[in-house]
Amino acid sequence: MKKNISLLIVDDEESVRDSLQNWFIEDGYVVDCAENAKTALSMLERREYDIILADIKMPGMDGMEMHRRIKSLNQSSIVIIMTAFASVETAVQALKDGAYDYITKPFDPDDLSHLIRNASRQITLSAENEALKKKLISLENIEDIIGNSEPMIRVLKEVESVAQSNSSVIVTGESGTGKELIARAIHSNSPRKYFPLVSVHCGALTESLLESELFGHEKGAFTGAMFNRKGRFEMADGGTIFLDEIATISGKMQIELLRVLETKSFMRVGGNKEIKSDFRVICATNRDLKSLVDNGTFREDLYYRLNVVNIHVPPLRERADDIPMLVDHFIQKYCTSMSRNMISIDQAALKKLSSYDFPGNVRELENIIERAIVVGNGKEITVKDLPLASESIGTSYESLEDLERKYINEVLDRNNWNISRSARSLKVDRVTLYNKIKKYGLRTDK
Amino acid sequence: MSLFDITLISFGHFDEKCIEQISKTVRQVYGYPVVMEENLPEMNLFYNGERRQYDANKILEYLHENHLNERFRIIGLFRVDLYIPILTYIFGQAYFKGRAGVASIYRLRNEQYGMPKDDDLLLQRFIKVIIHELGHTFGLVHCHNPGCVMRTSTYVEDIDQKSTYLCNHCKPQLKL
Repeated sequence: MKKNISLLIVDDEESVRDSLQNWFIEDGYVVDCAENAKTALSMLERREYDIILADIKMPGMDGMEMHRRIKSLNQSSIVIIMTAFASVETAVQALKDGAYDYITKPFDPDDLSHLIRNASRQITLSAENEALKKKLISLENIEDIIGNSEPMIRVLKEVESVAQSNSSVIVTGESGTGKELIARAIHSNSPRKYFPLVSVHCGALTESLLESELFGHEKGAFTGAMFNRKGRFEMADGGTIFLDEIATISGKMQIELLRVLETKSFMRVGGNKEIKSDFRVICATNRDLKSLVDNGTFREDLYYRLNVVNIHVPPLRERADDIPMLVDHFIQKYCTSMSRNMISIDQAALKKLSSYDFPGNVRELENIIERAIVVGNGKEITVKDLPLASESIGTSYESLEDLERKYINEVLDRNNWNISRSARSLKVDRVTLYNKIKKYGLRTDK
Repeated sequence: MSLFDITLISFGHFDEKCIEQISKTVRQVYGYPVVMEENLPEMNLFYNGERRQYDANKILEYLHENHLNERFRIIGLFRVDLYIPILTYIFGQAYFKGRAGVASIYRLRNEQYGMPKDDDLLLQRFIKVIIHELGHTFGLVHCHNPGCVMRTSTYVEDIDQKSTYLCNHCKPQLKL
């Protein structure tokens, strides 16, 4: 940690400079010394130091004045003031001027070690913070959305313009078009990007579970609530909450959600304390919300509150021009993750893909490419690697949830719906199995 | 005397058993022959009346000028309270990548901290300080390994936590 940390010691007493230099060199720091403020400032014009230890009383310019000049150089160095005559006034003034701390000579070895260790830690943390911010930006960049077709460029422009605002957004589009990716792009380009983006898959949760998931619960709120739990709205404080499959939520939850969106405050399930949270809402649905409003299954007031901005993600068949680019992207992605040499796709296979209507959209294309890389010859993707001939591709790729539901049902049937035995064969506990049965609405035929 | 002797010069009386143990352990850690000497300098030259302590920087300079000569490494062993101008006290001090160092037993005594006298513990602490300072003369910086003798120690309790030996990270750096 210390290897890259540099120190500048500024003191007119040679013995002090030497002692400190020796002490810090033994600790592994890179140390330079200056005998007065003028020399120190000229050294600082040439390079930056992480920590500056400056004596307060020096002939010519004193340590306080030097500190002010360092600040005006706009350097991020941590300045620690050393003084032989501790007085509250000087200390307060030094701290007011932005000094990190002050220390009275002679120092207790332990105090000095602690002080420098803490300052080093602060420097390391700031550097890490900067690096992570950069990494985050590069990870969640709008450029991650692949496509330069006209419909996609329109979507990306909408994303850019809406990102800076605080308005609620509904992202619509067929399943597999990348609605969550759009939500991420909005969040990562908004001023809220340094706070969390919390996703909730509303369709996967029952009403009571969704309520507890969104609002959190207090210990003892219901059977099994053994501890207090933060809800997703609370976790999204300062950031964005992404509610996927919003059309699936019940009437009761629609009322609750409307109230939270209006007041930005709520109570945990079983709690009586009002909790405030500052979040932005982005919803997604593959249904036509307006028609759900018209037939009375979705509340009109909630619809208007959520639908401030609507971004529609076009299905892949309407942006076939993007298919070659997406194919390249997925080949690169899977060859890298499977540690294989980059492969290409032949023209016939690409033509076949371009003429296919992709009911499962980009997700389906991704699955096709992944499969083709696994089963292919390792050099080129050809037509025979694409299961398009039978045109059964759309139905042969089921969601994980569908597969899980089917498999659990099969195991239960095989064990005559004996829960303990079925749980053992699935290698889960009975409670988990009961929850899955409830979630998927499984029932015995007998 | 060989070219690579580590010379430990005692400035003050240390009993023979103690000296033997120190020289044995230093030899074990660094692998060089250890030579013991005794000396009685004019300690007043280094005394600071205001602080009632002895200036380790001045002592180091004295050792360098009067005792180093052609010697490979020397460590002065003291019984007095040492300081350097910027710190309230020190257990020891050495020239980094230099050839001379000092170590004092004064602040290592249990009695200084209201604890019962413990001669064995005192000797162990002193040995660790000597080996630590010698490490600096060989260019070793402070180590993060809690068991390594090169770990920084600002309290005697810190010294007790570490071993007498160099860790697997520090040892190879000596290129012994």
